[in-house]
Amino acid sequence: MNEIKNVRHSRIKERLAFYLLWVFSILTIIVLALIVSDILVKGLPHISFSFLLEEPRKMGKAGGIFSVIVSTFYIVVLSVVFAAPIGIAASVYLTEYAKEGPVLRIIRYGTEALAGVPSIIYGLFGYSFFVVFLGLKYSILSGALTLTLMILPTIVRTSEEAIKAVPSSYREGSLALGATKLQTIIKIVIPTAMPGILTGLILGIGRVVGESAAVIYTAGSSLGVPDSILRPGRTLSVHLFTLASEGLSAENTYATAVVLITLVLIINFIANTLINKIFIARRR
Amino acid sequence: MIFREKIVEKILLFCAGIAVLGVAIIGIFIFREGWPVISNTGIIGFVLGKDWAPTQGIYGIFPMILGSMYVTLGALMIGVPIGIGCAVYLAEIASQRLSTIIKPGIELLAGIPSVIYGLYGMTVIVPIIRDLFNNQGFSVLAGSIVLGIMILPTIINISKDSIEAVPKEYKEGSLALGSSHWQAIIKVVLPAARSGIISSIILGMGRAIGETMAVIMITGNSTLIPESILSPVRTLTGNIGIEMGYASGEHQKALFATGIVLFVFIMVLNLLAKLIPNKVGE
Repeated sequence: MNEIKNVRHSRIKERLAFYLLWVFSILTIIVLALIVSDILVKGLPHISFSFLLEEPRKMGKAGGIFSVIVSTFYIVVLSVVFAAPIGIAASVYLTEYAKEGPVLRIIRYGTEALAGVPSIIYGLFGYSFFVVFLGLKYSILSGALTLTLMILPTIVRTSEEAIKAVPSSYREGSLALGATKLQTIIKIVIPTAMPGILTGLILGIGRVVGESAAVIYTAGSSLGVPDSILRPGRTLSVHLFTLASEGLSAENTYATAVVLITLVLIINFIANTLINKIFIARRR
Repeated sequence: MIFREKIVEKILLFCAGIAVLGVAIIGIFIFREGWPVISNTGIIGFVLGKDWAPTQGIYGIFPMILGSMYVTLGALMIGVPIGIGCAVYLAEIASQRLSTIIKPGIELLAGIPSVIYGLYGMTVIVPIIRDLFNNQGFSVLAGSIVLGIMILPTIINISKDSIEAVPKEYKEGSLALGSSHWQAIIKVVLPAARSGIISSIILGMGRAIGETMAVIMITGNSTLIPESILSPVRTLTGNIGIEMGYASGEHQKALFATGIVLFVFIMVLNLLAKLIPNKVGE
C-alpha cells in the first residue's frame, strides 16, 4: 500500500519537475522574443532608405547612419582579414603539429584566457597599446587590431573542431599518394574543414559587430566617413550606445538598434545554416 | 622541401603563440599603466577605500567591487536555475521539434550585442522596477535581471554538453533499478555532469563580471555603497567605461588600476574553471 503511494508520489513530483523545466526552457525563448519584438516594433517604422544612406546630422540626433555603417564595415573586414590567417594557422598547428606537452598546455591556456578577458579590458589595452604606445591614435586600424585579438580565440576554437573532424583516412590517402604533410593540409584538410572554419569567422564577425566597449576607446566615436584606416570611426554598436545613453533621439536610437539586430540575425542565420550543413554532411 | 616544411611549422607555432603573447601583453600594459596608482594609494587603501573622488585624487574602489559582486550574484541567482533547468530539459526531455526551436533561440540570445540588452533594460526593465518600487529604477535588481539573461546561453550550452556527455549506461542502470526518470536525472545524471555544470557557472560569472555597456546603461552608476538591491550601483567595469571617455593623467591611471583588479578577478575565475573539473571529475 505504502509502496504504491510512494510510486504515485514520485510520479507527481516528476510531472511537476518536468513542467517546471519546460517553463524555464520556454521562458528563454519568450525573453528572446520580447527583446527582439520590442526593438523591431519601436524601430522598424523609422527605417528607410534615407536613414541608411544619409549622413548623421546633429551628433546623430537627425539624419541617417551612413558613415556608421561604413565604419562598421571597415572594422569588420579589417579584423577578419587579420584574425582569419592567424587563427586558422594556429588551429592547424594545434591539431596537426603540436604534441602533448607544456607548450601545447600553455597555448591552450592562453587561448582560453584570451577568450575570458572582458571587452572593457580589451578597450583599455587597445587604448594604451595601439592608440598611445604605437601611436596609431583613435583609428579604424587601432580598433581592428584590438578586435583581432578578441575574436582570435573564437576562430581558433571553431577551426580546431572543424579540422579535428576531418577523417584521418583523407590525410592518409593524400600522404600515401606522395603528398607532403603541408600539401595535405593545404589541399585536403583545410578545404574539407572549410564550412567549420567559415562558421568560426562568421561568429567572429558577429562579435565585432556587437562589440562596443573595446571599440569606443580604440576606434573612437567620431562621426563622418573615415577616408583611411588611420582615421577614427564610429561603429553601429557604439553609435547605439551613445544615442541611448545620451537620450538623443528615440527614433534614431531604435532605428539603429533595428539595423544592428538585423545584422546579428543574418549573421546567426548564416552560421546556423553552415553548422547544419556540416552535420548533414557528416551523417552521410 | 623538408626545410621549407620546418619553416612553415615554426610560422604556425608562432601564430598559435599569439594568443599567449596577447594575454601577456594585455596584462603587462594594464599593470604598467595602473600600478603607480595602486602603489601610491596602497593595495588595501585602493581595494577597501570607500571613497572615489578623482578630482581630489582619492581612489577607493570598494563600492565598485561590492557593486560587481552584488550584480553578479544577482545574475547567478536568476541565470543558474533557469539555465540549468533549460539544459536538463533540452538534453533529457525535450522532443526533437521543441529543441529545434529552442536551440537556435539560445544561439541568438548569445549573439545579441550587449548594447541591445542595455537598451532593452533601460527602456523596459528599469521603468517596470521604477513603477513597482517607486524608486529611480536604475538598480542592482535591474542589472541582475539583464545580466541573468545575458549569461543564460553560456550556462545552458556548457551544462547541456556536459549532461549529454554522461554515458547512457549510467541513466539506464538507474532506470533498471526502478528509479523514475526524474530520480535518475537528479541522483545520477546531474552528479555525473557536475564538473561541466560548475564550470558553466564559473564562465557565466566571468561574463557577468566583465559586462560593461549594458551594465552602465541600467545600474545607475552611483559610487555609493549600495544599501539594497533597489539601490543604484556602479560596477568595476562601469567605473572604467563611464570615466574613460574624459579622464586624463592620474585619474586615467586609476581607471587602469580598476582594470587590474578586474583582470585579476577574471584570471582567478579562469584558473578555477580549469582546476575544478579535474578535482570533481575524479
